[in-house]
Amino acid sequence: MSAADAAGADAVGVAESAAGTAVPPRKKMLELDDLHVFYGAIQALKGVHIEVNEGEIVALLGANGAGKTTTLRTISGLLTPREGEVRWRGERIDGVPAHHVVGLGIGHSPEGRRVFPAMTVTENLNMGAYRFKSVPKAELDRVFELFPRLAERREQLAGTLSGGEQQMLAIGRALMGQPKLLLLDEPSMGLAPLIVAQIFEIIREINEQGTTVLLVEQNAAQALRLAHRGYALETGSVVLSGPADRLLSDPKVREAYLGEGA
Amino acid sequence: MTTTTTDFAPTAATLAKLRRKRWYQHPMYGRLVGTVAAAVLLDVMSGPQGSREDVFFSLDKSLGSMRVVWWILGAVALWAVMEFGKPLYQRFLGPKVGPLDRFTTPVTEPVKAVTAQARAKTADLRRIVWVRLGFSAVVIGLLILLPNLLSTFWNQVLVNEVAIYVLLAIGLNVVIGWAGLLDLGFIAFFAIGAYSTAYWTGAMPVDPPFKLNAFLVIPVAVATCLLAGLLLGAPTLRLRGDYLAIVTLGFHEIIYLIAKNADGFTNGPRGVQGISNFGIHIGPIDYDWELDPVPYWYLLIGIATILIIAFLRLEHSRVGRAWTAIREDEVAASATGVPTVKFKLMAFAIGASTSGIAGVAYASKARFISPESFLLLFSVLVVAYVIFGGMGSLWGVIIGTAFLAWLPQYMKDWVDPNDRFMYLGALLIIMMIYRPQGLIPSVRRKRELSMAKAGLGDADAMSEPAGGRMT
Repeated sequence: MSAADAAGADAVGVAESAAGTAVPPRKKMLELDDLHVFYGAIQALKGVHIEVNEGEIVALLGANGAGKTTTLRTISGLLTPREGEVRWRGERIDGVPAHHVVGLGIGHSPEGRRVFPAMTVTENLNMGAYRFKSVPKAELDRVFELFPRLAERREQLAGTLSGGEQQMLAIGRALMGQPKLLLLDEPSMGLAPLIVAQIFEIIREINEQGTTVLLVEQNAAQALRLAHRGYALETGSVVLSGPADRLLSDPKVREAYLGEGA
Repeated sequence: MTTTTTDFAPTAATLAKLRRKRWYQHPMYGRLVGTVAAAVLLDVMSGPQGSREDVFFSLDKSLGSMRVVWWILGAVALWAVMEFGKPLYQRFLGPKVGPLDRFTTPVTEPVKAVTAQARAKTADLRRIVWVRLGFSAVVIGLLILLPNLLSTFWNQVLVNEVAIYVLLAIGLNVVIGWAGLLDLGFIAFFAIGAYSTAYWTGAMPVDPPFKLNAFLVIPVAVATCLLAGLLLGAPTLRLRGDYLAIVTLGFHEIIYLIAKNADGFTNGPRGVQGISNFGIHIGPIDYDWELDPVPYWYLLIGIATILIIAFLRLEHSRVGRAWTAIREDEVAASATGVPTVKFKLMAFAIGASTSGIAGVAYASKARFISPESFLLLFSVLVVAYVIFGGMGSLWGVIIGTAFLAWLPQYMKDWVDPNDRFMYLGALLIIMMIYRPQGLIPSVRRKRELSMAKAGLGDADAMSEPAGGRMT
C-alpha cells in the first residue's frame, strides 16, 4: 500500500470541505460513537456522534442542559457511558479513569474554571503537570508567554484572581499536561466581551502551535468564527454539524443560537 | 374576592433605619455576650453542688456571691484582649504586611523585595540543616528527661493519655488535615489494633495459630488495619464528605458492637485480660516492658519520631500535593491527572494503620482491654484534638493534642472531676470562635479557610466527587 493510499484512507472531511479551499486532509483523532450517558435515571446523552481531527478547532454548541459538558466529561473519563464508544486514535478509552486519560494527551479545562483557590498561580500550573515526575520548565515558560497576566501574578493565590485570569489559569493548567487535544468547557462563561475576545485569540494561538481543541460554548457566533467545524447539541443529540462557516450562515443556526429571527 | 396589593414602598427614612446597623449588632458584641454567658455558666458549673433540700441552693451560692463578678470581669477582660489586642499589636508591634497580602496583590517591586528578603532569611535558616537537627535533638532530649521530673502518676498520664493520643492524632491528621476526609470512626482502627494484639499474644478466648511477641504484632496489626481501612474505604470514599462521616461513624459502631457481642471471640463486655507486654528476647538481650510507664514512654517516643519523619516527608512529596489538590477541588484534581480515589484510599489506610499501631501500644501497656476502651467519644475527642491543634499542621496537632490530653488530668485537682469535659467543651467553643484555624495552623490550611470564607473552594474534600455516583 502506498503512502498516498494510507493518507487517503485516514483522511476524512475532504469531501465535506468546500472545493478549492485549502483544508488539508486530517487524521481522525477522537471519535464519539453513539454515546449514551446517564445521571442516575436521567439520560443526558442520547446517541452522540462526534469526530475531532488532528489540528482542528471543533466547537460544540448548545443551550443549557443540551449535554455539552456531559460530552466533555465523558471524553475525559469523569463519566462512563452506558452505551457507545469513545475512541482515541482508534482505541477505545471510555471507562478509562480520568487520570489515565490525562496521560493519553487529553487535557481538560473543566466548566466553571475550578482552579485550586488556595494555591498560587505557579502551584496551580505545577499541578497541571502532575502526570510528569517533574514540572517541565519549558512548558511553564510557554504558558507564561501565552498569558503574560499570569506571569505577573505567579505568586498570587488563584482564588483572588479575576474571572478572566482564573479562566486563563484553568487553560494554562490544562496545557501544562502537554495535551494533544485540549477540551475547553465554556471559557467565555461570565466574562466581559473584551476578555472573551482575548481568550479566544489565545485559543487560536494554542491551536496554531499544534494543539487540537474541542471547545464547548454557548456563545455560538464567536465560537464558530474561531472553529473549523461545529456540532450543535440539543437535549442530548447532535442536531446539526458541518464546517463552521456553513453553520454560521445556516438559517436554523442563526435562529436557534445566534438569536436572529428567521 | 379582590385582594389589594400593597407595594412595599418605604420612605427614605424607613430605608435609612433598615440600613443602620446598631452598635450591638456588631459581631464583636455578640462575642461579648457569648463570652459572658460562658463565664456565668462556668461559674455555676464550678460552684457548689446542688442540694435536695433547697432547689436553688447551688444557683444562689454561685450567682449570689462575688465569684460571679470575678468570672464576668475575667470574661470581659478576655474579650477585650481578643478584640482589641490584635489590632493594637498590629498597629504598634506587628509586621506591616498582612499574612495574605503577598498572595492577593500582583507582585510589585517593593513587595517582591520584601518577600524575597524574608524568603532568603528562612531559606538560610533551613539550609543550615544542623540547626534543625540540633533543635530536634534538644526536643527529643528534653522529652527523654521529662519522666525523671514527674511523679509516677504523671508518667502514667504521659504514656496512657498524651503519647497514645498524639499517635492517634498524627494519624488522623493525615486523613482529616491533609486529605480533607472527615473520619468519625477513627477509634475503630485503634480497637482493631488492640484486639489484634490480644489475639496474637494469645489472650483472647480463641487461640491464634502461633503466638507472637507484641513487637511482631505491630506489622500484623498495621496490615490488618490497612486491610480494614481499604475494605471500608474502597466502597465509601466515592461518597461526599458528610456522607463519608456518617459511614465512618457506622463503621465505628459496628466494630464496637462486634467487640461487645462476639462473646466467644472477644470475650464480650468482660474484656480481655493478660495481654502480654512488649519484650525483646534476642540472644543476650532479654528485656520486658513491665509495670513502669517510663520505658513505654521511650518506646512511644521512638515510634512517634519514626512516624513524624515519615509523615513530614509525605507532606512535601507528590502524594502531599495530590492530597492538597483533592482537598481544594476534587474534580479539578481528577482533571489534572491526580488519581483521586487512590490517594484518598492511601490517606485512609495510612491513618488506619497509625491508629492500629497506637492500639497495639495501648493494649500491651494496659494489658486489659474491653469494648468500653473504644467508645465513640474517643473518636470524637481525637477529631477535636486535631482541629484544636490546627488541621494539617503536624506540630500544631502534636502540641494541641498533648495539651488537651494533659489538661483534664491536671484539672482533676482543681475542679470536680465529673465536670472536666465541660471545661474542655467550653475551651473548644471559645477556640472555635476566636481561632478556628487551630493552635498552630498550617499556612496552607489557613489560606484555604480564608478562601472558603470568601466563597471560593471547599477547604476540605467535601465537593462533588469526580465521576462518583454517575453511570
